[in-house]
Amino acid sequence: MVAKFDLNDDSVVLIIGTGAGGGVLANELAQKGVKVVALKAGGRYLPEDYINDEWDAFGQLSWLDARTTSGDWRVAQDFSGLPAWIVKAVGGTTIHWAGASLRFRPHEWKARTTYGHVAGANLLDWPIDAEEMAPWYEKAEAKLGVTRTGNFPGLPGNNNYKVLEKGALALGYKEVSTGRMAINSVENDDRPACQQTGFCFQGCKWGAKWSAAYTDIPKGEATGNLEVRSNAQVLRIEHDEKGRVTGALYADREGNQHFQKARVVCVAGNSIESPRLLLNSASEMFPDGLANSSGQVGRNYMRHVTGSVYGVFEKPVRMWRGTTMAGIVQDEARFDPSRGFVGGYELETLSLGLPFMAAFLDPGGWGRGFTSAMDDYERMAGMWIVGEDMPQETNRITLSSTVKDQYVLPAPNVHFDDHPNDIAMRSHAYRQGEAIYRAAGATRTFPTPPYPSTHNLGTNRMSEHARDGVVNRHGQTHDIPNLFISDGSQFTTGAAENPTLTIVALAIRQADHISAELSRQNL
Amino acid sequence: MTTKPNWRGMTRRQLIARSFAAGTTLIVGAGFVAAPNAAWAYEAAALKPETLATLIRMARDIYPHDHIGDAFYVTAVKGYDTAEAAAEIEAGIAALNAAAQGAGHASYLDAAWEDDRVALLRGMEKSAFFQKIRGGLVTGLYNQKELWPLFGYEGESFSHGGYIDRGFDDIDWL
Repeated sequence: MVAKFDLNDDSVVLIIGTGAGGGVLANELAQKGVKVVALKAGGRYLPEDYINDEWDAFGQLSWLDARTTSGDWRVAQDFSGLPAWIVKAVGGTTIHWAGASLRFRPHEWKARTTYGHVAGANLLDWPIDAEEMAPWYEKAEAKLGVTRTGNFPGLPGNNNYKVLEKGALALGYKEVSTGRMAINSVENDDRPACQQTGFCFQGCKWGAKWSAAYTDIPKGEATGNLEVRSNAQVLRIEHDEKGRVTGALYADREGNQHFQKARVVCVAGNSIESPRLLLNSASEMFPDGLANSSGQVGRNYMRHVTGSVYGVFEKPVRMWRGTTMAGIVQDEARFDPSRGFVGGYELETLSLGLPFMAAFLDPGGWGRGFTSAMDDYERMAGMWIVGEDMPQETNRITLSSTVKDQYVLPAPNVHFDDHPNDIAMRSHAYRQGEAIYRAAGATRTFPTPPYPSTHNLGTNRMSEHARDGVVNRHGQTHDIPNLFISDGSQFTTGAAENPTLTIVALAIRQADHISAELSRQNL
Repeated sequence: MTTKPNWRGMTRRQLIARSFAAGTTLIVGAGFVAAPNAAWAYEAAALKPETLATLIRMARDIYPHDHIGDAFYVTAVKGYDTAEAAAEIEAGIAALNAAAQGAGHASYLDAAWEDDRVALLRGMEKSAFFQKIRGGLVTGLYNQKELWPLFGYEGESFSHGGYIDRGFDDIDWL
């Protein structure tokens, strides 16, 4: 029985966003008997709706509202209006993600302490650590059915993985496997095992990959405690004279505006929209935006040090067959400043179909240098770099003074400059990635620049002290007790790990905290 | 292809008989552009046939794939053959021809060596016109499903049950 709550019901917890953060939080709260309204800007799409065609799926699922870019990052040059490749649909970017589910390494919770002072970086330790997070990670891994955890076996390696493994082992790397993936290696959670179909980025038509869209959301709805309103774009969060938030104004599919009252508001709109909403909610009492006494809302935007390496071989690889992110080399994720940078990086297989390869292999490239690469598409293997980037105060989401969205609200501008540490890491990763493929017999390799960001992090960061960040150890804003942040924008630092598992673990933990505080009448 | 039914079955001799200007690789006729072997023909709607022929040549010079027929390039650029787009395309191609003449060629199409034509394109690489044509080709050319098998790309596999039993790990040369 799907719940339906009144706009004036101020006893509900209002969650803005339904992805790895919001979607999981909504279900976890609903399971505990908390009444929840979840608003999602996009529509609702299930496995039968997903399209295994890159551009068609991109048009169906992507967040394509007006955005601008600035800074020296390559994305601003290649994709100036598309800083991020994320999803606008119920379930959010868990529809698009590849499934890699890696815990932070213990030292990655304590980047400031481990790395020391890094000029130009706004490093800070998380106020939580590996020991505190371990039980929440266990719950998250069980929820997602992560391979190589619990009793879930690893996935079999596809052709793309086998090439990576051959080269990596030849180079002497030891930590090479098909990784920890939120993709069923056996039937689990009433969902089938992976059928090696490819198109993980376009939504898994089998439902073998975990996505909030067809797991946590319907499970939460089945409790009768969760109402999800799709095509509901939140415009503004309001507060009372005591400075407590009272609910949010949103526009429905027809553009009609409604105000949903709430006891608690949780923002989980991804690291671009979440700070944008806080900034767009500025008021007389909070002229710099909500929860922004530290001035850190929108700052410290991180996107991981990324890039890809593609290699061409003498014989066919057919990398598109099977799991998109089919394997990983983890040796470089260690902390080892002797390489010339702090932080580490993972190397993970990745494949693109022919249409996206044309768009992303060398954006702007043309002529025979480009087309001879495309001619060898069938003989290509591919990998993606995921490394820890440095938080910088000046890398930030701001409100555009010129561009407005369809609701006439200022669009977000995403400013990013690579830190010298980011550049040193990317160069090292390109060299190692190319060496892996050479060791497997590649005749040509390509250091492909970053795609629009799928890992958007850090713009409402967690901190021990109110002066240093936006939220406390529970994701509760330092300034407004009944306002929470529930997505990757909480990240104090980004680690070298794909962020979804940590977002999910934090959401499960936050649900525990919110429901306890609600029953103690503290919220 | 948008090949008009009335071009089907036309012989090379018939095509040439109706043409008034033959480019190096395309036949340009009164209101149409065609392949010399009559494999296809395209009737221009808003662009001059010579302009269309130059645009097709330009598209192939930007993304040359020698194993891909002209028909794919025609499909990729035919969206510009509209009343709204024609003025900009005619101006862009006129600029390209002017650059060719400045380099001693009668026209862009008259520059017989690809290297010479590519040098002309490099000279206008930053122009809005070049970037529009190049950017449009990224999807206009490579997103044609009929073209994918020519690169070995298999497209969707869900309808075949994925690759679990169809070679996801069949690499045999490592």
